[in-house]
Amino acid sequence: MTTERLQPLDFYADPLPNIDLTALQGKLLVIEGPDSVGRSTQVELLRNWLEASGHAVVDTGLTRSTLTKDGLQAAKRGHTLGPLTMGLFYMADFADRLERVIVPALRAGFVVLTDRYFYSVIARAVARNQDSEWLERVAGCALVPHATFYLRAPVEEIVARTARGRKYFEYWESGMDVPYGSNRYKSFRGYQARLIEILDSLSERYGFIVIDASRPPDQIFADLRQRIAALLEI
Amino acid sequence: MDGFRPNSYSGKLIIVEGIDGSGKSTQLSLLSQWLRSKNLVVSFSEWNSSSIVRDTTRQGKRKQMFTPTTFSLIHATDFADRLERHILPMLEAGAVVCADRYAYTAFARDVARGVRPQWVRNLYRMAIKPDLAFYFKVPLNVALDRILGGRAALKFYEAGMDLNLSSDIRESFALFQERILHEYNSMAEEMGFHVIDATGTIQEQQRQVREIVLRKIGDSLETDILRQPPLEIPR
Repeated sequence: MTTERLQPLDFYADPLPNIDLTALQGKLLVIEGPDSVGRSTQVELLRNWLEASGHAVVDTGLTRSTLTKDGLQAAKRGHTLGPLTMGLFYMADFADRLERVIVPALRAGFVVLTDRYFYSVIARAVARNQDSEWLERVAGCALVPHATFYLRAPVEEIVARTARGRKYFEYWESGMDVPYGSNRYKSFRGYQARLIEILDSLSERYGFIVIDASRPPDQIFADLRQRIAALLEI
Repeated sequence: MDGFRPNSYSGKLIIVEGIDGSGKSTQLSLLSQWLRSKNLVVSFSEWNSSSIVRDTTRQGKRKQMFTPTTFSLIHATDFADRLERHILPMLEAGAVVCADRYAYTAFARDVARGVRPQWVRNLYRMAIKPDLAFYFKVPLNVALDRILGGRAALKFYEAGMDLNLSSDIRESFALFQERILHEYNSMAEEMGFHVIDATGTIQEQQRQVREIVLRKIGDSLETDILRQPPLEIPR
């Protein structure tokens, strides 16, 4: 699989207006996975390694678009965000980053490393009983990445890492708006287990490369580095 | 097809559409006054008015950050928030919900901006099918006279300046409205709009609107809709 030649980029279903695909010479790599699985650590390690080997890298992540960042944060703070609104707000964030960060970087020949893609948006919406097919068609305007690495760890591991690291189960990461349990701990665990289940099914449909993320960070990195080196012929 | 969900609630959803300057807001306001005078509970929802999304929309417009796709998604987010926090609960409670613009505005405007028709129609699949949709049809020059004559400054996105149709904002506005008008006219039949000739007098248009309301949903207004207790005016 890693010996496959990289295909030129294409859209899933509905091309964004005014984009010439042949001008997109960069590479689009996605790191997906649940909360606290260690995505941002890996993105940082990969970025350093890619830059050291001479590749220009842009990294971007969910809820980091300049258009929606403040509005989304304010809406989440008020705990007034309904599931329908949340799904579309995240999609707006995703589209803004896609068009104003990812596409220009690909045009300039960068390696784009994105900490989550629209798959997480769909996972969060489905975990809130929203229609998956509907949002997947909304996300039909997205580029098909060259590769999506799914950092996967069992829910016990996610719970333990969150307790050790952040030492706090955040409201939205615990799915408290649904909720998934009678208290914050139970809801966090139930919600994260559901997210993993949904990401597993998206993984099959969208062909993610599953990376065992229950290992220590240096082993995960060695695994990712080897696969990406083969993909980019470094 | 619009792909909307049917309205299974006891409340009724009435919406108005039309290009800027068609007079639709005036007509909706007169209609809701009339419904209120019958002691019906009437709730009003305006396009682009969600408190959660407002700051983002404002920022995107001020800094001219929108692409056709993000413009469409932010307006759909605004719509979703009003739908789940206001429109759906009020319909379930049995009110008449009057909406000034609905998903059709996005079908016309976003497509005029270059967004794919099937993509934006799917985007609004979460919407409820209105019980009545009025389209105030007006020739372009009449609407342009109303807007360009009366109102102060045109805004960047309202005039479609992001599309580079013309560097003159008034000309850009006219060209953009023409595209939107074309989209409205071509979907009118498919979407089952009640088309009102918006060149008629305000009173004549309102007479037609009320006549259609009575004919189409008059019975359920009598029986299904939540009412205000009659006001006791001491003599």
